[in-house]
Amino acid sequence: MNQVVFIELINPFKDKVFRLAKRLLTSTEEAEDATQEVMVKLWNKKDNLESYNSIEALAMTMTKNYCLDQLKSKRASNLQIVHNNFTDREPQLDKKLEDENSLEWVEKIINELPEQMQLLIQLRDVEQYEFEEIAKIVNMNETAIRVALSRARKKIRESMTNTHLYGTK
Amino acid sequence: MEPNKIEDILEKYFQGETSIAEENQLKEYFSSPNVAQHLEQYKPMFGYFSQAKEQKSTYEIPLLPKSRDKKRNVAWLSIAASAVVLLGIGTYFFVSEQKDTTAVASQTELGTYQDPEEALKATQKALALLSNNVNVGIESVQYIKEYEQSKNKVFKQ
Repeated sequence: MNQVVFIELINPFKDKVFRLAKRLLTSTEEAEDATQEVMVKLWNKKDNLESYNSIEALAMTMTKNYCLDQLKSKRASNLQIVHNNFTDREPQLDKKLEDENSLEWVEKIINELPEQMQLLIQLRDVEQYEFEEIAKIVNMNETAIRVALSRARKKIRESMTNTHLYGTK
Repeated sequence: MEPNKIEDILEKYFQGETSIAEENQLKEYFSSPNVAQHLEQYKPMFGYFSQAKEQKSTYEIPLLPKSRDKKRNVAWLSIAASAVVLLGIGTYFFVSEQKDTTAVASQTELGTYQDPEEALKATQKALALLSNNVNVGIESVQYIKEYEQSKNKVFKQ
């Protein structure tokens, strides 16, 4: 397999890997590093890639494991600087900006969920994988995924209603 | 699409039982401008999911084969280096061994005489040298004899 074929192979899911890494890790730079790391690992495996059913699922699993490892190794030593610490909370002028702001709220709420839930929301609601594929990536059975996903969605709804009704009650 | 149906799907959605198609219906509905008032609160949620999918990695994957080549170069370099070192050690031992053998040869071969008369002369010379040296040894022993005599004078038995 040469470089061109490899790039073509990874192109369909390269951004998915990046988005998953960005969901789990704290910064865009870290997510870029994770993406690169996963792609290099895939490249090194290139000679026996054919033996995997779905290279995409493999890549997503590798990304998940890599990110969780990163988090585990950093959590002990580092103070987390989350990017939404820097957002300015001034009231927005425009309706459009207000919309964007509420999207930011959703992001913030999702970032506060446990990693497992973030992972499932990312895979299902953002990337729209089938449950069967998610099961392969996260190594859980489909029922457990449905239950966890339901919980995650309800949690988001709960937090959303709290912020939505903020000030009216 | 009537709000009732959306509500049903939404209920299913929160139970984790919707299919991808149904979820797409929800996304579509909430991105349209006429969302029912009481469902307005879900708008940002689905809006966010659609937006999040647009994010792209801007990072170029570095040219992978290059790093591979580098690795191979290092391998070749180390092979070459070890060959040079081995060659160096080999020649060192080879040369020094050769020197050793010539030195030993010159020590063992002292030369010989073809003419008997000359040989006799040389032998006599050698023997004279030997006896001279032995005489030097005997002369120094004479002092001990002197000492013995004076001792006998002092301590008469």
